[in-house]
Amino acid sequence: MTCWETIQAYGLRSIGIGENLLPKSDFTICQQFTLIGSGMIWNLYFGVLALVFGFFLANAVALARAGRNPWVRKPADWFVFVFRGSPLFIQFFLAYEALVLLPKEFTLFGVEISTSWTTRAWAGALLVLFLNTAAYSAEIFHGALKSIPKGDLEAAEAYGLTGWKKFIRIEWPTMLRLGWPAYTNEAIFLFHATTLVYFSGFPAFAQKGDALYYANYFADKTFNPFIPYPIVAFYFILLTLLVTFVYGRVNRHLNRHLPSNTRSKIRLRPNLIR
Amino acid sequence: MFAACADPKAIDGLTWGLCYLTSAKHVDFYWSFLTVLLLLAITAPAALGMGFMGATAARSHIAPVSWLGKVYIWMVRGVPDIIFFLFFVIALDQAIEYLKNLAVCDGGVWPWQGLEFRVCPEAKVPLAKSSAFWHQAYGFMLAVVTFAIVFGAFVANVIFGAMQAVPRAQLETAEAYGMSRAQVFRRILVPQMWVYALPGLGNLWMILIKATPLLFLLGVKDIVYYARELGGSKTQAYEYPHGDWRLWYFLGLLVFYLVFTRVSEIGIGKLTARLSHGQATSGGEALRKAAA
Repeated sequence: MTCWETIQAYGLRSIGIGENLLPKSDFTICQQFTLIGSGMIWNLYFGVLALVFGFFLANAVALARAGRNPWVRKPADWFVFVFRGSPLFIQFFLAYEALVLLPKEFTLFGVEISTSWTTRAWAGALLVLFLNTAAYSAEIFHGALKSIPKGDLEAAEAYGLTGWKKFIRIEWPTMLRLGWPAYTNEAIFLFHATTLVYFSGFPAFAQKGDALYYANYFADKTFNPFIPYPIVAFYFILLTLLVTFVYGRVNRHLNRHLPSNTRSKIRLRPNLIR
Repeated sequence: MFAACADPKAIDGLTWGLCYLTSAKHVDFYWSFLTVLLLLAITAPAALGMGFMGATAARSHIAPVSWLGKVYIWMVRGVPDIIFFLFFVIALDQAIEYLKNLAVCDGGVWPWQGLEFRVCPEAKVPLAKSSAFWHQAYGFMLAVVTFAIVFGAFVANVIFGAMQAVPRAQLETAEAYGMSRAQVFRRILVPQMWVYALPGLGNLWMILIKATPLLFLLGVKDIVYYARELGGSKTQAYEYPHGDWRLWYFLGLLVFYLVFTRVSEIGIGKLTARLSHGQATSGGEALRKAAA
């Protein structure tokens, strides 16, 4: 099998397209690169969707935490505390066991709802990652909201901006601008966290897994960790560079009105487990 | 454990619950919490040591040593650390067995043969005839070394930054007093950097706590292993039959971690306040004003 044929057979294996059987012997570097790369589709899927949805929830939670009403503030505080204070690994297990216990089918307002799909990784793990990143980002945005310079708000009021207008024109853009470097790191960690999905409660069906799932498959089969794991590492370094680039462009947009020496720069922090 | 628990099928209610929670398997489960604490107790100082050495190496004036330190710090950037966890455990195991292979097996054949890693039986670590305890202890030791290497790199990054943050004037003053490089490092730089390193180290401690469930992936019988094992539904063939209780066990673990991180957070806050006393930082200034 040439390398091109391997790519055609296994390039989309992780979403169930192409050859059904995984290679069993005579593993080539090309096979490892292709399959692990095909697994990256899932890492991208989890990371991108969780970040996009999580961004909106994070904004809502950050505002709720800054609110005065304790009925709004307390639940938001607890949400952030629970998701930031416990390991993501345990959250995956807990969510899986909870989703399994849901009644398989129930009727709501005459509509039959089946729940078995929630125990699949594409839905269940996405839900956990979404809530997790929302909690971490909410903490970042909440911190940014609190560090908006007092003078900016006073100036806004002097111009007659109040309430919603003041928020949407002054507070929210400033919050995003101040929080963005930390939020970039959060995005990077989230992509790294997606590798935990298939190592926690969520099973992979028909060997459709993420990049680390296939790397682990090769390492188990060949007893040689020195090839598959560096390949995943390589893919993730590329992904990290891509995320830094995209978020850097947004950062530039958010800082475009400032003189160049006062713009906030993104500093890459080491990746951390949650 | 108790005499009343001799026949679990005959009892019910509170006694059943008490007997259930003190069964031999559950006692093992409680001990596994100590495994987690032991891992933290060994890993935290080990990672601190590795990190300190890494940061010192990265600051070195000898180019190869400095490169070594910087590569170590950069190694963990951009790559999910679970990859390192999975990688190091196998790599370390194979490295140890390969070295022992060179020493004890005659011939010392290259062990990576096709799809197998094969060393002679005498070179197995631990030996096949060793007790289960040694197999567990060896797995645990590999996990500790892996944690120390990975977290050492994080710590090195924090300490490297903290060393840079010590005001340059302090070091220059020391040099003006005629101290040698080693003296400046020992008497001025190291005592002053801790207050800068503490926020980062506190963060890492929380992350280390939250990384402990990964022990399960490394094949150690930790709390996650027992929670899955004990919580799974048990048929009548077992002494204590019950349905699928894994949700409750994992809820217990969640509470354990939440309490642990909360207590750590408070402890770190207190430590920061203590270390900030008399320091020329805004934290130290705030303490001085509060006291006055």
